[in-house]
Amino acid sequence: MAETGRPDHMISRRRMLGSAGALVALSSPSWATALGKVVLESRPWAPEITTAFPQKGPMLLQRTRPPLLETPWDVFDKSVFTPNDQFYVRWHWAVIPTSIDADSYKLNVHGHVNAELSLSLRDIVRDFETVELAAVNQCSGNSRAFFEPQVPGAEWGNGAMGNALWRGVRLKDVLDRAGVKGGAAAVRLRGLDEPVVADAPHFMKSLAVDHARDGEVMIAYASNGAQLPLLNGFPLRLVVPGWYSTYWIKMLSDIEVLDKPDDNYWMKTAYKVPDTPHANMIPGEKDVPMVPISRMVPRSFVTNLASGAKVPAGKAVSVRGIAFGGDCGVATIDVSVDGGKTWQPARLGKDEGRYGFRQWNTDVAFAAQGKHAVMVRCTNTDGVSQPATPNWNPGGYMRNVIETTELVAV
Amino acid sequence: MSTRIVSLKGIIIVAALVPLLAGAAAVPFELKSVTVELPDSTRMFEGAGADAANNNCLACHSASMVLAQPPLSKAVWEKVVHKMIDTYKAPVAPEDVAAIVDYLAAGPR
Repeated sequence: MAETGRPDHMISRRRMLGSAGALVALSSPSWATALGKVVLESRPWAPEITTAFPQKGPMLLQRTRPPLLETPWDVFDKSVFTPNDQFYVRWHWAVIPTSIDADSYKLNVHGHVNAELSLSLRDIVRDFETVELAAVNQCSGNSRAFFEPQVPGAEWGNGAMGNALWRGVRLKDVLDRAGVKGGAAAVRLRGLDEPVVADAPHFMKSLAVDHARDGEVMIAYASNGAQLPLLNGFPLRLVVPGWYSTYWIKMLSDIEVLDKPDDNYWMKTAYKVPDTPHANMIPGEKDVPMVPISRMVPRSFVTNLASGAKVPAGKAVSVRGIAFGGDCGVATIDVSVDGGKTWQPARLGKDEGRYGFRQWNTDVAFAAQGKHAVMVRCTNTDGVSQPATPNWNPGGYMRNVIETTELVAV
Repeated sequence: MSTRIVSLKGIIIVAALVPLLAGAAAVPFELKSVTVELPDSTRMFEGAGADAANNNCLACHSASMVLAQPPLSKAVWEKVVHKMIDTYKAPVAPEDVAAIVDYLAAGPR
């Protein structure tokens, strides 16, 4: 597949408007064809839509190899669950098995355990209690493209996230079958993906042993009632409710119980955030203590209207969207149309589980013609609210500022 | 079973992992083998000085994410290229490093 370059008008637009945070209309023919409409979204540049990836529908192409595919924004307005074929995709290394034999696949458990295990998919599905859970999977760097100053990395808009109904077995039950020995400290997980260069660090992540055995961390073999798309981790993916996706190992093949904390590169060096409120720091600030990224924070979005949308003045305008609490449920969603001076509670949709998306809706009205900002704020069940100002860190992680949608009343 | 009962403002919420009902679990989920073909990219770095990037970078990843980067200073690109070499073990020819950094810092699009 050819990745075409961005059209020139897009480049000049970015250069002209990008730093001003202005709106960029995504008006390429591919959008029009794929979605039947023009989508407005504020991001510095516009990835093209691709339909070239197996088991995936239209996705925003961030990188072909290894694949980085973003969920188009309109998907989030359609359902509280993100369909498998439009669930975002993120791989670190380019050597990804393209053929998985369900009969011979093995999940190995070893290390600081009483008995090593080598489980087939059939063993996993049949020998352990089946559990199901709705949970948001969000990339640590979701929304990185909106960081100011801009930072290197996958320049995601807001679509590096998704909510699925995961089905699988508890990691705890599998670990208990192996028998974790006293003195275990961490559980390290890895999948079948490999770096192109042999001595590069294999992608591995670890959870503290108590977290791994909390009964919520799941080894999922299905999402939304179907087996996982290969690019989303078929046949097994770790589900770590409330934690960023870097821990949700895809094509899970190896579980190693360690008797000391994991100091592999992906824990010790990569995916670190400032150990400060909102993982925030000043660009260029020195000696900021850094810690591994972990729990998610609350977010909320408008999904039915994009910035720049025209709405009738003097009439009720229905506004709806999605939210999630981060590492706990959504308590309230509040909407402000006066720049954050006053907030009105929105109606919440069905609770599908505290780790999942929650839909919300409300009505607003603008008496005066012209631009009006709609702000939406999630407060989670731990009482944590989204901040009014954006955070910054060099990795472009953990963005959760209150989102603002600029509507035009006419 | 790890069902948690959380009391919140007087409401009892039963959450967390819910074992499926016996009826649903009676038919075990069947996983079927999968073979796919992943697309590759023919996109190349273009313009003056692109050769060094084409010769060294595309073995491990396609060009698109690089070309989607915001304008970054030469110092930042220097760090990125050295992370590829030192941490990710990219076999970049030493004599090409400066050319790659210069090319990227010039802001190819």
